[in-house]
Amino acid sequence: MLHGTAIIITSFGYLGLLFAIAYYADQRADAGRPVIASPYVYSLSLAVYATAWTFYGSVGRAASDGVGFLPIYIGPTLMIALWWIVMRKIIRISKQNRITSLADFIASRYGKSALLGGLVTVIAVIGILPYISLQLKAVSNSFTILVQYPEIVMPTSVLDSPIRDDTALWVAMILAAFTIAFGTRHLDAAEHHQGMVAAIAFESLVKLLAFLAVGVFVTFGMHAGFGDLFARASAVPKLRAMMTPLEGVAGGYAGWVWLTILSMLAIMFLPRQFQVTVIENVDEKHLSKAIWLFPAYMLAINVFVLPVAFGGLLRFPDGNVDADTFVLTLPMAERQELLALLVFIGGLSAATGMVIVETIALSTMVCNDLVMPVLLRWPRLRLIERRDLTGLLLGIRRGAIVLIVFLGYLYFKLAGEAYALVSIGLISFAAVAQFAPPILGGIFWKGGTRLGAFWGLVAGFAVWSYTLLLPALARSGWLPISLLDDGPFGIDVLRPLQLFGLAGLDQITHAMIWSMIANIGAYVGVSLSVAQTADEHRQASLFVDVFRQTGESGGARFWRGTASVPELYNLLGRFFGVAAAETSFADYARSKGLTWPDDRLVADAELVHYVEMQLAGAIGAASARVMVASVVKEEALTLDEVREILDEASQVVVYSHRLEQKSRELEAATAELREANERLKELDRLKDDFVSTVTHELRTPLTSIRAFTEILVDKPNMDTAQRSEFLGIITKEAERLTRLINGVLDLAKIESGKADWVESGVDLKEVIADTLAAMGQLFKEKNIEVQTQLPERVSLVRADLDRMIQVTLNLLSNAAKFCDSRRGRIEIALTESDGCLRVDVRDNGRGVDPENHEVIFSKFHQVGDTLTDKPHGTGLGLHISRRIVEHFGGRMWVESRLGSGARFSFTLPIAAGT
Amino acid sequence: MNASVSKSQRFLALCMLGLLLFNYPILALFNVTGTVFGVPLLYAYIFIAWAALIAMMAYVAAHDG
Repeated sequence: MLHGTAIIITSFGYLGLLFAIAYYADQRADAGRPVIASPYVYSLSLAVYATAWTFYGSVGRAASDGVGFLPIYIGPTLMIALWWIVMRKIIRISKQNRITSLADFIASRYGKSALLGGLVTVIAVIGILPYISLQLKAVSNSFTILVQYPEIVMPTSVLDSPIRDDTALWVAMILAAFTIAFGTRHLDAAEHHQGMVAAIAFESLVKLLAFLAVGVFVTFGMHAGFGDLFARASAVPKLRAMMTPLEGVAGGYAGWVWLTILSMLAIMFLPRQFQVTVIENVDEKHLSKAIWLFPAYMLAINVFVLPVAFGGLLRFPDGNVDADTFVLTLPMAERQELLALLVFIGGLSAATGMVIVETIALSTMVCNDLVMPVLLRWPRLRLIERRDLTGLLLGIRRGAIVLIVFLGYLYFKLAGEAYALVSIGLISFAAVAQFAPPILGGIFWKGGTRLGAFWGLVAGFAVWSYTLLLPALARSGWLPISLLDDGPFGIDVLRPLQLFGLAGLDQITHAMIWSMIANIGAYVGVSLSVAQTADEHRQASLFVDVFRQTGESGGARFWRGTASVPELYNLLGRFFGVAAAETSFADYARSKGLTWPDDRLVADAELVHYVEMQLAGAIGAASARVMVASVVKEEALTLDEVREILDEASQVVVYSHRLEQKSRELEAATAELREANERLKELDRLKDDFVSTVTHELRTPLTSIRAFTEILVDKPNMDTAQRSEFLGIITKEAERLTRLINGVLDLAKIESGKADWVESGVDLKEVIADTLAAMGQLFKEKNIEVQTQLPERVSLVRADLDRMIQVTLNLLSNAAKFCDSRRGRIEIALTESDGCLRVDVRDNGRGVDPENHEVIFSKFHQVGDTLTDKPHGTGLGLHISRRIVEHFGGRMWVESRLGSGARFSFTLPIAAGT
Repeated sequence: MNASVSKSQRFLALCMLGLLLFNYPILALFNVTGTVFGVPLLYAYIFIAWAALIAMMAYVAAHDG
């Protein structure tokens, strides 16, 4: 079943699927509904870190070193813990400055230096070649092995196979074509490749699933779980030694630590990681999910590495099967055709993902930071005057992709045989680690200069070439091996693997130590001894203080000169096409509140900066600077002027901070004042209400007194019976008036806090008895039945005796007033519980509507319709009673329903010590 | 959590913790013969500590400070 054709068809089917996904994602992005605007897609795209190296090579490394492969993934986990501090800053800087690549970032930081950008590009391309060759080697090997199924035959040396059978060459060609189709279909100002990111995220899922499938098969299919597998492995003496492998491993703990550090740097500065993490990031917030999702992915893809390694060593004990191929050969040896095919596809996805992103990132660098600056500076090409440059840009990128992939192939041919997969990859890691000093130094230290970064990189890269690249070529037979054994010209201290006599370390640790000393030493040393130019000083402060900038126009304040709008417009048009330039200018005009085209749009510093940023997105900062400078007349700023602008800016920041604080304080004070004012207004309104209600209440009895008096005056000969009836009414109304006035006075006293409270221990039982006695006559007249429920003895409460009589009198007279007119019945009860005395007065009147339960305690409230019913009292009694009870720490309320009587209750706390 | 400590400081502390956990001498303590549920001690330690570190990073990332 596993014929070559079947494998090839499956592979192309898979690549076609990838292309479909990318195409779909691009369509969605164009329609404004991007699929990659998700932290999960972002996290999965970061997993492009796991390449064929992880997929095949980890097992190979584990088969010789045990846990030795793990620092490659633990290091990034530790680094990602710092991403909140470091990566967030890099992303912010890149978005504000329209950074398009790693080289662009470094060039832009050190004064938009084209020289530095070019150097970084060269280092990146040369440094990454081994890594790309690794992918080609893995794919072509896995293909060659799979085709032999069911035999397991290791591939022969690539050097002596004819072109037709040179799988690596075919793989390289297909990958190059595929990458071109993927990454250079059109030119995007923000250098976003949404389709590519979606496809990469999908590839990450495929390779994870494929690897987990093999892991599960080896652990649970071929063995009975982890315990069984490790038990069988430890029965073999050679394998038992690997269970505690750190002492025996090359370099021991030092090797482990340096590998961790190296991977910490690689996860930041590999061009493809920089591409997916920084350039393709669409939302800074995605970072906080990726911070744990991506490490979790790395953990998951590594869980089964050791089981597969041990499974392979147990299955092929005589060592004629390369451990780098265990992932594939184990399913093959067990006759699992489909699983083997799945593994091949998984490995393919790991390799293609890496090659696609890496070459796109590198081709952007080659185009923007190496080729374009040279072409633009070449006057004879008259490039600056060309109408449309988009075709040229895309052409350069496509050429760069082909070139890079084939250089990777060449490296594979030259040096790929001598090393295992992981060792090849580590050489690339050490190369990109050289970018750490200029980038990390550049975003936290304003003092780093262009020359410092340049010489640091040159020194670090030189040491890297001498201690890692040179030995790789020597071991492959392209340079005399005596170079390694005796040193160049027989100078012993210069041996590339024991430089200056530093021996006993593994190759990578040795190279890292010397290259970092050279790199950091030169960077810091030169930076401290050479002065910065104005451009460098400006860029340094824009980068280091990125979180203090506001908006993209941060760089605009550093520009002074003259420019014209049409020229700037044409410049954009040449690189993006007229349509894109139109949109760009329309956007800018809208942000100024104008509509494009508009004569009022001026070519000020801000517009120039805007155009430069747009261009930087396509051709890199250094080239954009050259292009813009070609159409505007710029006055160079001196270093002092830049310093002045920066100082002004920082003073403005300080002032605005102070102003903000002042205005916050002011706002708080205003809010307090407004609140106080509201309270006063409310009190004023209450007072007005009170006065108007009181006068209204006073007028009612007064009116009737006056009316009846007038009748009496007008009709002196009224008969005696009527006269005495009228006089009776007048007396009653006058009494009511007196009560009302007394009530108001009483209330006023209580509310103003001027009431004389005579506090003493009061016996509520006595109070009730006294009140009942005083009202006995009234009850008898109205034929009301009174029932009492009083305990033998009660505790005293602390209160004013007269006031308590007033309260009970009020409740009882209310009860008498409202109870059933024919068969009136009042129950009065006194109980003691929970440290309180409670008095209940229940009547059998018409009751109180629940919605009036609170209202009746307010001032001047009369139950019933005041227009038709004759008022029964002052409307102050309950209000005053409640105030009195509350004054002594008690509570008063009513429980009632319409038609079934009412129960008024109050409680008072028992006095202490009784 | 102490609200006055910023997220950055917590992440920095986690990185320090990770450097400690996956380094000499803590690593050496587990570099001995022995098994946990049949898995060699060193392997078990590394994967458990790694998973715990990731869990803590997830917690810090999800909570504002």
